[in-house]
Amino acid sequence: MHPPQSNRSVTGMASSIEDSAPPGRGSFSRSARSGQPAAVTHLLGGTMRSVRVLGAIGIVLALAPLVLHSDFQLTFVTLALYSTLLGAAWNILGGFGGQYSFGHAVFFGLGAYVAAMLQVHAGVPAWIGLVAGVAAGAAAGAALGAISFRYGLRGSYFALVTLAMAEVFRIVANSVPFTGAGVGMMIELRTGLADLQFESRRGYYYLALVLALVALAVGSWVRHSRFGAALAAVRDNEDAARALGIDATRVKVAATALSGTLMAAGGVFYLQYFHYIDPSLVFGPSVSVEALLGPIVGGLGTVLGPLIGAFALALVSQIATHLLGEAPALSMALYGLILIVMVTFLPRGIGGLGKLVRLRARRGRDA
Amino acid sequence: MIDGALIGAALWPALVNGLTMGAIYALIALGLTLIYGVLHIINFAHGSLLMVALYAVLVLFERLGLDPYAALVVLVPGMFALGYALQRFVINPARHGRDENTLLVTLGLSIVIENLASHFFKTDTRQIETAYTFMMVDVAGATIAMPRLLACVGALVSCLVLAVLMRYTDLGRAIRAVAREAQGARVVGIDVEHVFAMSFAIGLACLGAAACFLLPAYYVSPQVGHGFVLVAFTVVVLGGMGSFTGSLVGGLLVGVIESLGGLLLGESLGQIGVFVVFIAILLLRPSGLFGHKA
Amino acid sequence: MSDPASPPLPALDTTSGRRRFLRASGALAASAGAAPGLLLAQPAPIKVGVLLPLTGAVAYPGQQSREGVMLALDDINGGGGIKSMGGARIEALVADAQSQPQVGAAEVDKLNEAGVCAIVGPYASAIAFATTQAAARHNIACVLDQAVADQITARGLKNVFRFGPSYEMAVRTGINNFHILNTVAGKPVKTVVVVHEESLFGTGTATTIARDLPALGYEVLEVIKHANPTRDFNNIALRIKARNPDVVMQANYLNEFALLLRTLRQQGVRPKAMYSIFGGGGSNPKVAKELGEAAEGVLDCNHWFNPKDKRGPALRARAEKKGLTFTHELLMGYNATMLLADAIERARSTRREAIVDALAASTWADHFMPYGPTRFVNGQNQGAQPIVTQIQKGDVRVVLPNTYAEAEPVFPSRVG
Repeated sequence: MHPPQSNRSVTGMASSIEDSAPPGRGSFSRSARSGQPAAVTHLLGGTMRSVRVLGAIGIVLALAPLVLHSDFQLTFVTLALYSTLLGAAWNILGGFGGQYSFGHAVFFGLGAYVAAMLQVHAGVPAWIGLVAGVAAGAAAGAALGAISFRYGLRGSYFALVTLAMAEVFRIVANSVPFTGAGVGMMIELRTGLADLQFESRRGYYYLALVLALVALAVGSWVRHSRFGAALAAVRDNEDAARALGIDATRVKVAATALSGTLMAAGGVFYLQYFHYIDPSLVFGPSVSVEALLGPIVGGLGTVLGPLIGAFALALVSQIATHLLGEAPALSMALYGLILIVMVTFLPRGIGGLGKLVRLRARRGRDA
Repeated sequence: MIDGALIGAALWPALVNGLTMGAIYALIALGLTLIYGVLHIINFAHGSLLMVALYAVLVLFERLGLDPYAALVVLVPGMFALGYALQRFVINPARHGRDENTLLVTLGLSIVIENLASHFFKTDTRQIETAYTFMMVDVAGATIAMPRLLACVGALVSCLVLAVLMRYTDLGRAIRAVAREAQGARVVGIDVEHVFAMSFAIGLACLGAAACFLLPAYYVSPQVGHGFVLVAFTVVVLGGMGSFTGSLVGGLLVGVIESLGGLLLGESLGQIGVFVVFIAILLLRPSGLFGHKA
Repeated sequence: MSDPASPPLPALDTTSGRRRFLRASGALAASAGAAPGLLLAQPAPIKVGVLLPLTGAVAYPGQQSREGVMLALDDINGGGGIKSMGGARIEALVADAQSQPQVGAAEVDKLNEAGVCAIVGPYASAIAFATTQAAARHNIACVLDQAVADQITARGLKNVFRFGPSYEMAVRTGINNFHILNTVAGKPVKTVVVVHEESLFGTGTATTIARDLPALGYEVLEVIKHANPTRDFNNIALRIKARNPDVVMQANYLNEFALLLRTLRQQGVRPKAMYSIFGGGGSNPKVAKELGEAAEGVLDCNHWFNPKDKRGPALRARAEKKGLTFTHELLMGYNATMLLADAIERARSTRREAIVDALAASTWADHFMPYGPTRFVNGQNQGAQPIVTQIQKGDVRVVLPNTYAEAEPVFPSRVG
C-alpha cells in the first residue's frame, strides 16, 4: 500500500502551498481582511462554513432528545455518535494526514485502562480519569508517532506497526497484575455527573454528543488551519512539503498525538458506558476497524465524513437486520456485501457523492 | 516459572517445533507476500480465504473420503480460480486506484465469507482424524507429528515452485515487471489487469496448498483465519514484502521466535516476542530481511 | 469473557464496526398443540427476549443456547402455554448481541420497546455486564443462561437471576469433587500441573486451584497460561512431560482443549488423570466421539443434568434427533427458559415487577438439574452446583456425586 497520493483535490494542494509560505506574513484573518490571495480567503470561508454547519448539526442533535422518545432511538444515535468520535479521531491522522493506522485501539485501550485503573485502584473521580485517560492517549500518540515517523515509516509499514503495537498492548494488559490481566476491570455503578455515569440514557447521549462535536470541530480546525495545510502538504507529497520547509515529521507526530487524544476519549466513554473492560475488548482489532470504517465510508479527509459514515453504517446494519433478522449470520454477510457495493460505486465515500454528481453535471454541460 | 534444567532439556524440541510450525506460517504467508508484492494491497480477507480452503478440504474428506494431501489437486486449481475471479470481478472494480477502497473491500469480503461460512457450516469446530494423525517421527530426539513434517516439505516445495515460476516463465516475468512498475508494464503492452488477477490467483492457490497441509494438524471453524492473519503479516514484513525466500525464512523464524518465547516467557506473554521483533524490523529494516530497499 | 467452550471476544474480529439494534423478529416459537379452537379467543402471547451472541467470536455457544431456549419453548407452548394466564403462549423475540457488549446493551433497549417482559441470555459474562445493567433501567428481569462471572450478581442489580452455579461456586465444588475422587481411589494423585487460557475464566480458575490445592495435600508443579488461540501445544506438552505430574487440570475453551488432548497423545504424555473445571470440551459429546481414544477418561466438572431424572436424557435425545450436539450451553439455555416460565406462571402477569418478584421468590423444583428447589440470594441460585462427568467409551457419563452418578468413575484413568 502506498501513501495515498495524486487523487486529492487540487485546491487542497494549492492552499497548502499558500499556507506554508514563510512565516511573518501575518495571520489568516489579517491577510483575508486585506483581500489576500484567493486560497486564503477560500480557507477562511471554509472555516466559517464548517463552524456554521457543525453548529447547526450540534443544535439539531442537542434538541433531538426532545423528539426522540424511544430509548432505542436515543441509544441508536448515542452509539452512532460514539462511532463518530472514533472515526473523527482516526480521520485526523488517516484522512487529513494520509497515515492509515490499523491499531488505533492502542489509544482507545490506554484511555479506558488509565481511567479504569485510577478509579479502581486510586478511587479517583471519573472525570479526572477522563482527563488522565485523554492525556495518556496524547502521550502515546506522540510517542508512537515519534518512533514511527522518525524511522521514516509510511504507508502499509506504518499501518502494520500500529497493528503490532495494539497487539503488544493487548498482550501486556493480559499479563500484568495492575490491569487485572485477563480478568479485566470493572468500575462501580455510581451515577452522577462527576462520576460520568448517568441514570438516564440522555446523560450518555449528551456526553457522546459533546465528545463527537469536539472531535469533529478539531477535524474542522485541522482541515482549515495552517497546521492542517502543512499536514495535507505532507500527505500529498512529503518531499515537496519538506522542500517548502515544512517539518514533516513534527507535523505527523502532532497529528498522531491529536488523533490519539480523541481516540482515548472514546475509550473512556466506552468504560463509563459499559463499565467493564478486558484486554481483547479494548485493545482488540475490532476497535481499530470500527475507527477506520466510518471515515472511509463517509468520505476520507472530510470534516463530516466520520459523522456521515458512522450514521450510514449504523443504518445499513439496521437494514440488513431488518431484511434477514431471522438468520443473523446472513444479515451480517449482507452488511459486508453492502460495504463492497458501496466501495465499488462510491469510490470517494458517501461524502464524495456530491462531488461526483457535480463533476458529472459539469462534464454534461461541457459536452 | 523459569527453570534452567527444564528449558535446557526442552530447547531442542522447542526449536524443531518452532521450525515445523513456522513452515505452516510460511505457506500461508507465501500467498500474502505475492499479493502484496504485486498489487501492493494488504489483503484483509486472507484469513477468511484460508478458512474457505480449510472447509473445502474438510468437505472433500468427509463427503468423498479424499485424503487431505490428495485434495491438493482440487484445492490448488480451485483456489486459483476463486482468486482470479475475486480480483477481476470484486476487488479490482472497487479499487478506483485508492488504497482505502482496497482495505474496505477486502474487509467487506472477509465479513461476507466468514458469515456465510457460519451460516452454512454452522459455527462449531471441526477436525479430521486420519491414519497418520498420531504418527510420530523422531528428529534427533525431538518428536514431531507426521502432518507437521509434511507441512515442512510442502512449504519448501511450494516456495521452490513459485521461485521457478517467477524466474523462468513468461507469466513470472510479467508479474515481476508489473510488481516493479505497473505503468511501465502497461506501456510495453502487458495486460496489467490480467497480471494482477493472476497474482491474486496464485496467492490463493498457495492458500489452497496451505489448507491441505494444515488441516490434518489443526482444526477449522469460521473464525479460524483470525489466528493466522497477524502472524502471516509478520512473516511477510520480516521476510520482505514480495520475497518468497523471505517468506520461507521469515515463517521459520517467526515459528522459532514464538516457540522460544513461549518456552522462556510462558505461552501467553511469550506471544509478545513475535511482535517485538516485528516492530523492531519495521523500524530498523523496513524492507525486511530479503526485501529490496523500499 | 469468562465462559467455557469459546474463545474470548474479538480475536481478530473484522465483523465489528457494525452495530445494529434492529431486530425483533418474532420467531414464533414452534408451536405444537396450539391448533384446536381457532374460534376460541387466544390470550395475547407473552413476549420474551432471547438475547444471545449469534454471530462473532462466541457465536457457537450462543447458538447452542438458543437451541436450548427453543426446545424449552416447544415444551412450554406445546404443554398448554402459561396456564395461569389462560394458556398464553410464550413468543421469543430473538436478538443477536454479535459477541459485543455494546451491541447487546443496545438490543436490550430494542427489546424493551418491543414489549418483552423478561430476557433470557446472553451467555457471555462480558456481554452480561452490559445487558443486565441496561435491562435494570427498564426493570426487565434477566435470566442468565450462563454468564458465570460472580461480579454480575454482585452489583446490587435486582433484576438479575442465575439458575446455574457462579464461577466461584463451580471452582470450589470442582476442587472438592476432585479431592473426593482421589481420596476414594486411595490418593494415587499427588502432583498437579494446571493449564489455562488467559482470560477471566481460565485465569480465575487457575488462581483458585493453585491457591486451594496445596491445603488439601497436593503439590502444584506448574501453572501454564496460554493465549487464545494457541496454534501449537507441543511446547506445553513437552513441559508437562518434563514435570511428569499425576494429573493435568485444564481450564480453557473447546479448540484449545481438543488441541492439547491431541498433542499430549502425540507426544506420549499420559498423566494419571485429566480434570477440567468448566472445560470447553470435557463434557462435549462431539469431542468425546471425534477425539476417540485421546479423550477417553477425561473428567470435567461442569453444568450437567441429573441423569436419573428421565427428562434430562430425553432432552438430550431430542436435541440429537434434531442433529444438534447436546452441550451444556444448550442445557442451560433450556433451563433458564423453564425457570422463567415457572416465574411467569406464578406472577400471573407480564408486568415486569411481578416477574422480577416471582423470580426472586422462586422455589422451582420441577427441573432435572442436581440443584434442589431454587433459592435466590442476590440473584444467585444457592443450591446450584456443577457435577463431574467422565468420557467413557466415547460418551459423557456422570460419575460424581454418588447421588447422581450413572457410572463408576475410572480413576486413575490414564488419559492419552
